[in-house]
Amino acid sequence: MSTLAPTDPATLQPGQRRRGPELINAVPVRHPGRWAAGAIILLFAAVMAQSVVTNANFRWETVGKYLLDVLVVQGIGWTLLLTVLSMAIAIVLAVLLAFMRQSDNPLFRGVSWAWVWFFRGTPVYTQLVFWGLISVLYPKLAVGVPFGPELFSLSTQDVVTAFVAAVLGLGLNESAYLAEIFRAGLKSVDSGQMEAAEALGMRKSKIMWRIILPQAMRVIVPPTGNETIGMLKTTSLVLAVPFTLDLTFATNGIANRSYLPIPLLIVAAIWYLVITSILMVGQFYIERHFGKGVDNLVPAPVKAGPAPVNALPATAAQAPRTPRKEDEVL
Amino acid sequence: MIITSDVVTKEALVRIDGVHKYFGHHHVLRGIDMTVRQGEVAVLIGPSGSGKSTLLRCINMLETISAGRIHVSDDLIGFRESRGRLHDLTTKEIAAQRRDIGMVFQKFNLFAHRTALQNIIEAPTQVKGQSRGKARTRAMELLDRVGLANHANHYPAQLSGGQQQRVAIARALAMEPELMLFDEPTSALDPELVGDVLNVMKDLAKSGMTMIVVTHEIGFAREVGDTLTFMDGGVVVESGDPRQLIANPQHARTREFLSKVL
Repeated sequence: MSTLAPTDPATLQPGQRRRGPELINAVPVRHPGRWAAGAIILLFAAVMAQSVVTNANFRWETVGKYLLDVLVVQGIGWTLLLTVLSMAIAIVLAVLLAFMRQSDNPLFRGVSWAWVWFFRGTPVYTQLVFWGLISVLYPKLAVGVPFGPELFSLSTQDVVTAFVAAVLGLGLNESAYLAEIFRAGLKSVDSGQMEAAEALGMRKSKIMWRIILPQAMRVIVPPTGNETIGMLKTTSLVLAVPFTLDLTFATNGIANRSYLPIPLLIVAAIWYLVITSILMVGQFYIERHFGKGVDNLVPAPVKAGPAPVNALPATAAQAPRTPRKEDEVL
Repeated sequence: MIITSDVVTKEALVRIDGVHKYFGHHHVLRGIDMTVRQGEVAVLIGPSGSGKSTLLRCINMLETISAGRIHVSDDLIGFRESRGRLHDLTTKEIAAQRRDIGMVFQKFNLFAHRTALQNIIEAPTQVKGQSRGKARTRAMELLDRVGLANHANHYPAQLSGGQQQRVAIARALAMEPELMLFDEPTSALDPELVGDVLNVMKDLAKSGMTMIVVTHEIGFAREVGDTLTFMDGGVVVESGDPRQLIANPQHARTREFLSKVL
């Protein structure tokens, strides 16, 4: 190597560093297989694109006509509303259920377990049909003393409308799945975090909210994003209630009236994809928020300066102390 | 208890009387008696599994004792005694007892999602209801005291082990405890980082803090300790002045242990 490393700066070749060792500039391994596979994939993609564009049966003009149809746009609104409300209910319940499952109180643990067992153990379709039929089971909802007089009552049909039934059905079912995701998240936080907070005299509820849950969110967010995107599509099952204003029902309705199922399926698919993409962007930012302190950390630069002098309280004996070495840098 | 004339001036802060602890059928503590006086540094040594960490964790109720009594400044820890029976304290009452007892862990256990400063102000603001401004000022003083004033906004993952442990000490001090428990505070550190943590602990001892320290640092025990207690198999084998005990251990088991760690 000594013959290659110039000792005189004047003899440095262009691109060589003036100071420090000569950096390795190795020839990378060639991957001819990747180039071949890439060419094949490109060819397939081109053939597919060509067929999608030229095959008249796709009826792209119909897709364009209905993409912003008022029924479709309203359907998007209802689908988003169903997704957001049912996920909101599910998340609130899931936090509660996960905390209950970790409680010292055996009643809480039992209720939480039974809830998950029931709502995860029966099909969401069945639950939606059931909520649609709740007014048959209980025609009126009354508030009163148990086994005693009734104070006031409402017709179940007025309270549990098709929309409410759909949100309840989706939200309660989802809460069971999310509860398990939240439970896994809480368990993923090191037990030392709980002990440290306990040793500081913090109450259990504060520890869970301020110390454990925020750290568990790192683990909870990705599968919850998954569930939210799943929920977006599961809302198409609300016809079981029946609730008939969501995106899938709206596009199916148009398809049935116009005898053009394929372009209307494409309309629905495009919108589901657009919403999913937006949700994924949101998930990215939520993950970044809860990952602070753990993910993507670079060792922080340490300000140079003299070793700090300890400020002892006034009561302390001013004994000579051993000089501290500079703060260690990670 | 025999109180000799030279110690009557110092009040007993921690009184451990006949403490036993079982984990299932495993008898971990087998009748521990110990007294730590105000301002004293009590050092606990012993082989792993001797029960020294368990004893420390019993003092702030991270473990519940099976028999005996622990008093910290005349408060019975973990229980209330009335009409001849012990009653479990509520979680709220236990939390209140822990406020005056600081603890430092082997693995630091800093809150990973909070910066050094946020770690320190968490308990004063959330438990004592201090204003954020006041807590921050105090936290910066404490960070300065442990030599990390310019690391206030670093997350634990950005700090070395030694720095994390010093932040953990500052976090415990922020609650202004009357007693500090150290559970092998330097055992998880690289050898070159041990000194910084021990220096902070020495300063703390000089400032008059009452400390119970579980450690393998015999040098620290000799230099800073007021008492040294050697535990093995869940019992106190011997206890006394650190320099005398290290120089002249009375029991064969103590001699054997010291010959391995010195």
